[in-house]
Amino acid sequence: MALSRRRRRSAFRGAQYVLLLVIVVVFAFLANWGQIGRAFFDLDVAAAQFPDVITVALKNTIIFTALGFALGLGLGLVFALMRLSSVGAYRWFARAYIEFFRGLPALLIFLAVGVGVPIAFPDTHLPRNVSIMIALGIVSSAYMAETIRAGIQAVPRGQVEAARSLGMSPFRSMITIVIPQAFRIVLPPLANELIMLTKDSSLAFLLGTTPAQQELAQFSRQALLEAKGLTPIVVAGLCYLVITIPLSILQQRLEKKYGAGVSGGGAT
Amino acid sequence: MTDVIVEISGLHKAFGPLEVLKGIDLQVERGQVVCIIGPSGSGKSTLLRCVNLLEEPQQGKIVVNGNEITDEDVDIDGARRKIGMVFQSFNLFAHLTVLENLTVAQRKVLKRGKEEAERVARENLEKVGLSEKETSLPGQLSGGQQQRVAIARALSMNPDVMLFDEPTSALDPELVGDVLAVMRQLAEEGMTMLVVTHEMQFAREVADSVLFMDGGVVVEQGPPSQVIVDPQHDRTKSFLARVLDPTHSAGLD
Repeated sequence: MALSRRRRRSAFRGAQYVLLLVIVVVFAFLANWGQIGRAFFDLDVAAAQFPDVITVALKNTIIFTALGFALGLGLGLVFALMRLSSVGAYRWFARAYIEFFRGLPALLIFLAVGVGVPIAFPDTHLPRNVSIMIALGIVSSAYMAETIRAGIQAVPRGQVEAARSLGMSPFRSMITIVIPQAFRIVLPPLANELIMLTKDSSLAFLLGTTPAQQELAQFSRQALLEAKGLTPIVVAGLCYLVITIPLSILQQRLEKKYGAGVSGGGAT
Repeated sequence: MTDVIVEISGLHKAFGPLEVLKGIDLQVERGQVVCIIGPSGSGKSTLLRCVNLLEEPQQGKIVVNGNEITDEDVDIDGARRKIGMVFQSFNLFAHLTVLENLTVAQRKVLKRGKEEAERVARENLEKVGLSEKETSLPGQLSGGQQQRVAIARALSMNPDVMLFDEPTSALDPELVGDVLAVMRQLAEEGMTMLVVTHEMQFAREVADSVLFMDGGVVVEQGPPSQVIVDPQHDRTKSFLARVLDPTHSAGLD
């Protein structure tokens, strides 16, 4: 018997639901829920994490990320503009910087800043927050430079022509017309970078810490030594989501808000 | 006394090996409307874009209102303030509202205060009949409305001369009339205008002078009653035949 297209579609969907149900039932009966609960979410252990996991660890993660992102964004914009410069030396330098730091693991950059800088410049004592800011700033700037450059180039040429025709200088056109539109275009990848940077801030432990300077990852590792089971990790993981999920929502809101403000090509 | 505001002499422009303008001479008097017509690829848009140096000519001289645009040491930003430009694709600033599109250059370039800039902007919005759209973003407007805003934006700089680069070519046919009406009104107010267009009716009724270009040279120039109604050159005749009656002249050359 030949099935109509509609019947075939609904039969296929039905089969998928049945498969899902079977998996859930098997998993529910086979798993030892008591054991899993104790290992991953022991309420007593979880309660012991508070309030420090919020007031110290979460706060530090947010501070480190914000500092690193601010520096990375600033450096990224500068290197993006250098990549587009009419002066060859600027282009080459920016190209070299981007290729170099984009290719290195964040871990190496943290070690270079944390260990290398004190050796190379024995007289400088960077505050720890500044070291973290520099490391995270370097890590993110190389990516953001490429992202912002692509955004600038995606702004239709007609926008610059219109700005120049009104008597704006090249610099003024860039600041007033191109860059605001470029940032709207690259909002999704920039938000992505911010979320990745939130996680990279866990490398701050490489720069040495006092308990008051611990961020989420290190805080949970410390707690892990005292607790039986993985509960501290679960708590820290949830805290990361407390940061990243609102960021995603904010990103969606901004995209919706600025959606109408992005030029839809058509310019010659 | 004739008051020449745009003077072009011996203008040459090439893109790589492709020679687009092969020695153009043109004089426009203050208050005149000059329409430039011709087949695509004839160099008419390039000629217009040379007048505010969006394209740099290799040879020749352009003087606008006593200012030699082609001089290497000219203050080009200063000169462009006085030359309004309207593009085929409107090029409104996509991230700014209609009112901001009209005020941004007044404020950043002419250094006008917010109140004065907005007053000028509103006057010009009213002139193009779009006062109620001042808080809209360009993306929310029809093509015809966007082009009228673009005209108002250029007017807000109080230009000496306005350049129109095929202002109605990107519009749906039913929206062309509104834009042409605004341009006609401008012409009546005495604005000096250089218009690259395919709108023969407009050229015929509004232009003081029509320029027919083909292959990078001016083939024929004169009042519309001559160039459009009674063209002398074969190339002009065949172009007009194709434009005015496209269905019956395919293959005619």
